[in-house]
Amino acid sequence: MKLCDLIEDLSLEVKTSGTDLTREVTSGYVSDMLSDVIANAQAGSVWVTFQSHLNIVAVASLKGISGIILANNRVPADDTLKRASMENIPIMTSSLTAFELVGRLYTLGLRCR
Amino acid sequence: MTLGEIRGIVEALVITKSADMNREIGRAYCADLMSDVLAFSVTHSLLITGLTNAQVIRTADVADLRAIVFVQGKRPDIETIAMAESKDIPLLVTGLSMFDTCGRLYEKGLRSRPGGIS
Amino acid sequence: MIKNADGVFFLTGKDFTNAGSASSNLKGILENLGISPEIIRRASIAAFEAEMNAIIYAVAGMMHYSVTPEAVKVILQDMGPGIPDIDLAMKEGYSTAPDYIREMGFGSGMGLPNIKRNADKLTITSTVGEGTTLEFLIYLEGLSPQTS
Repeated sequence: MKLCDLIEDLSLEVKTSGTDLTREVTSGYVSDMLSDVIANAQAGSVWVTFQSHLNIVAVASLKGISGIILANNRVPADDTLKRASMENIPIMTSSLTAFELVGRLYTLGLRCR
Repeated sequence: MTLGEIRGIVEALVITKSADMNREIGRAYCADLMSDVLAFSVTHSLLITGLTNAQVIRTADVADLRAIVFVQGKRPDIETIAMAESKDIPLLVTGLSMFDTCGRLYEKGLRSRPGGIS
Repeated sequence: MIKNADGVFFLTGKDFTNAGSASSNLKGILENLGISPEIIRRASIAAFEAEMNAIIYAVAGMMHYSVTPEAVKVILQDMGPGIPDIDLAMKEGYSTAPDYIREMGFGSGMGLPNIKRNADKLTITSTVGEGTTLEFLIYLEGLSPQTS
């Protein structure tokens, strides 16, 4: 499914500008530990986290992640958003908890691998 | 749902002694950052995490959480397990990813907030 | 009738094995005093976050607690780097934690906001290069409306 479909289905708010929202999402990943995402996340996945530190953009770029969803209305820092926009990594926010976001993605058919 | 039902849904092993599998658990959260657990979790919920250090148990104690599921087969060390036993916090380990663990439990009706958001 | 009680815990910087144990002990003490579970939870969470900050950033610290029929008060004094901009430090998500701390499950920038959310009164004073003193107060039930 496309990222823009997810955005609509889950009522996500897109915080970056000029990023590609039409890319395919083929799997899902949830973790706040950057080392874990680097080790295990797959390219094309949508990453759910509460981490809003600048490092998440570098990790997402490195792994070919389709987009990052921040849970609990987490507001990303300005420098995180700027870097994400520059590197074409969409960052979205949701009022749902990470558990519920993952649950919804799972219900839509996404899996971890 | 009960802890026993949760164990079955995510195919977990129980690693603490004398855990009460009939314990009712109404809510679940997943997180690896402990301050987020403290900011958002509600008493008597289940924590799903990949972090296995002693602070996870202390966070669960301070936040009055009901049980912890560790994902990806991760397991805390003996001292940490003993600490959890002394605080009556059951620990479970599943080989599933955090994503699939949360997904399965959500599918069976578990939510983060009372009343649930569907 | 709540009895008076007070004491102090000593904290060692970077001692991650024992990090959080002072707050756990405080929780036990409050339970023995018969304080309501909701107050105990708020006090324990606030103490835990204050303790973690001292252990992550400071060389050492002392957590004084005192319980009276009116309130639970905790004062955490540390010898550490101090906080240059307290307002900035209070913002949710703002963190100065190095990466290795994040890998341990801390440093999400929610510590001070968590304390503020759970306390009825919070005062932070700090001197860069010397240390920080954080004091919070939680009124016991029936005496003061809970802050949100």
